[in-house]
Amino acid sequence: MKDAMIERHTMSVVVDNEAGVLARVIGLFSGRGYNIESLTVAEVDADQHVSRITVVTSGTPMIIEQIKNQLQRLVPVHSVTDLTVEGPSLEREMALVKVASTGEKRVEALRIADIFRARVVDATIESFVFEMTGSTEKLNAFIGLMKPLGLADVSRTGIVAMKRGSEAN
Amino acid sequence: MAAEPITGAEIIVKALIDQGVDVIFGYPGGAVLPLYDALFKQNKVRHILVRHEQAAVHAAEGYARSTGKVGVVLVTSGPGATNAVTGLTDALMDSIPLVCLTGQVPTHLIGNDAFQEADTTGITRPCTKHNYLVKSVEDLSRKVHEAFYVARSGRPGPVLLDLPKDVQQAKYEYVNHAGQRHRTYNPVQKPDRSQVEKAVELMATAKRPLFYIGGGCVNSGPLACKMLVDFVRLTGFPCTQTLMGLGAFPASDPLSLGMVGMHGMFESNHAMHDCDVMINIGARFDDRVTGRLNAFSPGSKKIHVDIDPSSINKSVRVDIPVVGDVGHVVEEMMRIWKARQIKTDQKALATWWDQINKWRGRNCLKYKPHDTIIKPQFALERLYAAIKDKDFYISTEVGQHQMWAAQFLKFEKPNRWMTSGGLGTMGYGLPAAYGVQVAHPESLVIDVAGEASILMNIQEMATLVQYRLPVKIFIMNNKWMGMVRQWQELLHGGRYSESYSDALPDFVKLAEAFGASGLRAEKPADLDGVIKEMIDIKGPVMVDVCVDEKENCFPMIPSGAPHNEMLLGPDDQSARPVSDEGMVLV
Ligand SMILES: Cc1ncc(C[n+]2csc(CCOP(=O)(O)OP(=O)(O)O)c2C)c(N)n1
Ligand SMILES: [Mg+2]
Repeated sequence: MKDAMIERHTMSVVVDNEAGVLARVIGLFSGRGYNIESLTVAEVDADQHVSRITVVTSGTPMIIEQIKNQLQRLVPVHSVTDLTVEGPSLEREMALVKVASTGEKRVEALRIADIFRARVVDATIESFVFEMTGSTEKLNAFIGLMKPLGLADVSRTGIVAMKRGSEAN
Repeated sequence: MAAEPITGAEIIVKALIDQGVDVIFGYPGGAVLPLYDALFKQNKVRHILVRHEQAAVHAAEGYARSTGKVGVVLVTSGPGATNAVTGLTDALMDSIPLVCLTGQVPTHLIGNDAFQEADTTGITRPCTKHNYLVKSVEDLSRKVHEAFYVARSGRPGPVLLDLPKDVQQAKYEYVNHAGQRHRTYNPVQKPDRSQVEKAVELMATAKRPLFYIGGGCVNSGPLACKMLVDFVRLTGFPCTQTLMGLGAFPASDPLSLGMVGMHGMFESNHAMHDCDVMINIGARFDDRVTGRLNAFSPGSKKIHVDIDPSSINKSVRVDIPVVGDVGHVVEEMMRIWKARQIKTDQKALATWWDQINKWRGRNCLKYKPHDTIIKPQFALERLYAAIKDKDFYISTEVGQHQMWAAQFLKFEKPNRWMTSGGLGTMGYGLPAAYGVQVAHPESLVIDVAGEASILMNIQEMATLVQYRLPVKIFIMNNKWMGMVRQWQELLHGGRYSESYSDALPDFVKLAEAFGASGLRAEKPADLDGVIKEMIDIKGPVMVDVCVDEKENCFPMIPSGAPHNEMLLGPDDQSARPVSDEGMVLV
């Protein structure tokens, strides 16, 4: 085998929202040694009991193809879309970022939050919780800047993604 | 629905009947008592009482593989379900269609560590094609029918239904959901025509072609195999079979090169290595076949026909993937081949066949006969001579005897050969054999066994005797876990750590203790007589064939070696040490 490049792919998997379906998907990744960089899941159609799983994974092109085929053959899976290949697509992530500080640091945190368009969703005399939505890179940059300013806690949703344009998948 | 409400257990039995189930293999317990009660009150579905739940699954596998139908298993919750796990894994690896019904504690107790509770759907998720925990009787008939559909569709496999006891007892009306289209699972049957065209075009240009056919052909059915045979003959190309594909192409056909892989034929493996066009039909480039991947058939363009897209490009990159059912694909190939009046390169093919015949000339299965010691190969040659004109089915356990059986017994038809290929499960052969016998009561069914393997499910002798199933157990007793010993000889300096079969029972007395017949062959001269007696006895027979303790199984591709570096016999073995990379492989 030639040294194959490791690629990062975002896949959108539409599944029947039945018991155990997430365990099936996760079990497939762990059982076959595939990577999960991010995974999100929620029901997107309550009438049809359909959920969408967005999973970010990495591997050689052969592994990526395997992952798609393996997901596709799970019984409750409706469709698997590789958004990285079938792009262009949108990716968004949300984070709640708690910063605990006073004085100049507190003012600086607020200033940077403003530049990043993060919203304050909770405040005390010693802390803020910022809500921020954006690309993973933007979230990383913001969290990085908050570190010296009293970063206390981070909670992130993981990536949700969708194709651009009018077409659904 | 005006139908009368009936219990969940009765719904299940009705669904089984509507699915055409005539026999199930099972073992009772608290959590399946309602189901056993429902079985008691009817006589359309026969129940075979096994002696261990693992055996129930293997028996259902034997039944399924010899009939092409879905095999059915019924076991209780907790230990019943956990005992079935090995069988389910075996069926998953070898793509055998099964439905396994497990009892479960009542829904309100699930998660409470109740008596005989196990997280059965959790435990079996990775070893089933799909599984269901049926929490409400309203869903029951749909899910039972769906389980059968999933088990047999696409690439077949085991499907498990976990059935809480309260669901078995609750009442609801039965609806026959057979034949309903599935919401999400609808595997491709018919291939993409343009892919088949490309495949045929590549085949037409081949100078050194080779068909490499596997268990998928058997799963596609006897008709598909027949079409495949016709097609291979039309092309005049050589055809090698995997362990799971034996019988899909007649062994006696001059185009057949026999088995490929680790203990496959010299000519098959060399042809794999040197071919320029490989036509893989229903095989999966298993590591027992490919050997070292980066040295696997380096100069060939590869066509891969498989119903499971995830089998394609898994370990070996192929040039022309064709997703579809073997029967449909081969039919299409044949049509295009004929329509285009394909002419192959006769000159190149003749040179190729010359080369193949040279390899054949090495006579790779030859062994040194002995006057007083029974060579295992000789025992199988005599067995084959005695059965070849009969209507026979063979199962095996796992080890050297399994490989010798694959080499020395010849299969002309599919569905006649049951062996644990993917998982390599010792203890598979005896239950699988009676699963076959139940389906084919008049046929001669033989389990070719090793003395170590047979002890793994020896309790099933009682099942044979109870149902008067005349299975013949042909134990190739070499007093060793021969395959383990062979690897220790090859890889670990002959340090035979724990591979001696010490304290063996007297198999003749053991058979008799179970109420079966026991026979023994100690010298080559005994063999024909003992085999004849084994066949003539009407009931189950266990034969202790005392074979050479030291014999090793050849040819062999040692782990980590390419196909053209086969060991043909003991002399090769000492000449070629195994590489470090080879040492870590299994
Ligand atoms: C359940 C199980 N445990 C362990 C093994 C590993 N194993 C493979 S072959 C073998 C020895 C089999 O001995 P025997 O049945 O006497 O067959 P022989 O090789 O001597 O013909 C063992 C232990 C296995 N395949 N299955
Ligand atoms: Mg042995």
